[in-house]
Amino acid sequence: MIALSGVTKAFDDNRVLQGVDLAVETGRSMVIIGGSGTGKSVLLKCILGLVRPDGGTIALDGQDVARADRDAFLARFGMLFQGAALFDSLPVWQNVAFRLLRGSLARPRDEARAIAIEKLRRVGLGADVADKFPAELSGGMQKRVGLARAIAAEPEIIFFDEPTTGLDPIMAGVINDLIREIVTEMGATAMTITHDMSSVRAIADEVAMLHAGRIQWTGPVADLDHSGDPYVDQFVTGRATGPIEAVR
Amino acid sequence: MSERDSLTRALSPLGALGRPVLGALAAVGRVTLFALNALWRALRPPFYPREYALAMLHVGWLSLPVVGLTALFTGGALALQIYSGGARFNAESVVPQIVAIGMVRELGPVLVGLMIAARVTSSIAAEIATMKVTEQIDALTTLSTDPMRYLVAPRVVSALVAVPLLVAVGDVIGIAGGYAVATGNLDFNPATYLNNTADFLQWRDVVSSLAKGCAFGGLAALMGCYFGMNSGRGAQGVGRATKGSVEAAAVLILAANFLLTGAFFSV
Repeated sequence: MIALSGVTKAFDDNRVLQGVDLAVETGRSMVIIGGSGTGKSVLLKCILGLVRPDGGTIALDGQDVARADRDAFLARFGMLFQGAALFDSLPVWQNVAFRLLRGSLARPRDEARAIAIEKLRRVGLGADVADKFPAELSGGMQKRVGLARAIAAEPEIIFFDEPTTGLDPIMAGVINDLIREIVTEMGATAMTITHDMSSVRAIADEVAMLHAGRIQWTGPVADLDHSGDPYVDQFVTGRATGPIEAVR
Repeated sequence: MSERDSLTRALSPLGALGRPVLGALAAVGRVTLFALNALWRALRPPFYPREYALAMLHVGWLSLPVVGLTALFTGGALALQIYSGGARFNAESVVPQIVAIGMVRELGPVLVGLMIAARVTSSIAAEIATMKVTEQIDALTTLSTDPMRYLVAPRVVSALVAVPLLVAVGDVIGIAGGYAVATGNLDFNPATYLNNTADFLQWRDVVSSLAKGCAFGGLAALMGCYFGMNSGRGAQGVGRATKGSVEAAAVLILAANFLLTGAFFSV
């Protein structure tokens, strides 16, 4: 279980997170929604240790992540970045197998390549893609390679940062379905941040809304359309008028 | 106006002077810590041999053409300058000695250092800054790979090793350029030219040249990595990191050259 308690983070005068409390049960898929610039990405980066929170605690299975063995902690995670963040200088298969070619999870090169091709197949890409470079792929294919890399070492926890941003609706649907299938079949805990409501409905077991640096509402995805929270209602319906200022 | 306000106003010029000094000292501290961090990680596993090999190829082998051409033309021009300048006081015969000492002590290391700053520092800064902007540095971390160990250490260590070798090659090619001009255009005897060159050079000249190469290479790679890792957002951030890295590397190379020359040759 991932548990956040009173997490705060400011960049100079900009108080992005102002006391976030959130719990994600093991094996569940939590989607965090919220407007642009509300700190969703910062929240994920705080959990991963990419950004150091100013206050509060973040615990994984009851252990404070700030005191955990960093390598062992990160080995439990996979992450799909918003722009895929593939390494330009490496061919696709080495991107996917990056973790399997070095460090504590290293294995023989042939085996790592075979796993990479299997994971590429799992996300709907053929073996012919394996030796291409990221720059030769479309945005949707890069996202799928990023997804294959996130699952290559079969992590217990997977983070998805805006997985469908910049994709056409059909490709977004493909990515959403893939994420849901993979999370279910792996039994992984998932945290996704998005403002794409179709992603929310396809991926989430639970939804949390981040607003003004705090969790405004959290509940099962089935309750999203009748949450009783005016902020969530405005966000879900996409109205310009309501408690959330349209121009921020 | 209170006494305290008067004092504050009286001391304000000192404050204006002190702020940039403190800023510069803080920057020196940050760069020093960054360098120590990189070297410390270079000494401890895990090591990434492929990254070291690629960095050696990029910094060393692929810089050879530009370094060679720069040294060749500089050596040739130096021979012409010394000959025409020396003719004013009947000292044309010192061309081999001055070309040798000029190339080995000063022009070889400095020109190679500046060419490396232009070619390698800019490339390292742009590459790492782009990786930062596109979240590839964050991705490395989430894949349990320390960016300092994977990106920075190989580039800095490779430059520390490769640039002295480039300087040695540049020195030889520069002397060869002077030799070609002197024997081809200025009627110097080839054997005498080579003997004068070999007799005049001392071990201290060669050691200072290689030491300068090592220092300049380290500074060039370090500036590229430091500015890349600390770049701002977007294309503008990458541009600023690249420009800043080359400016800093060039100035530091020239300053280090002055200090090293003083250390090796002060009387």
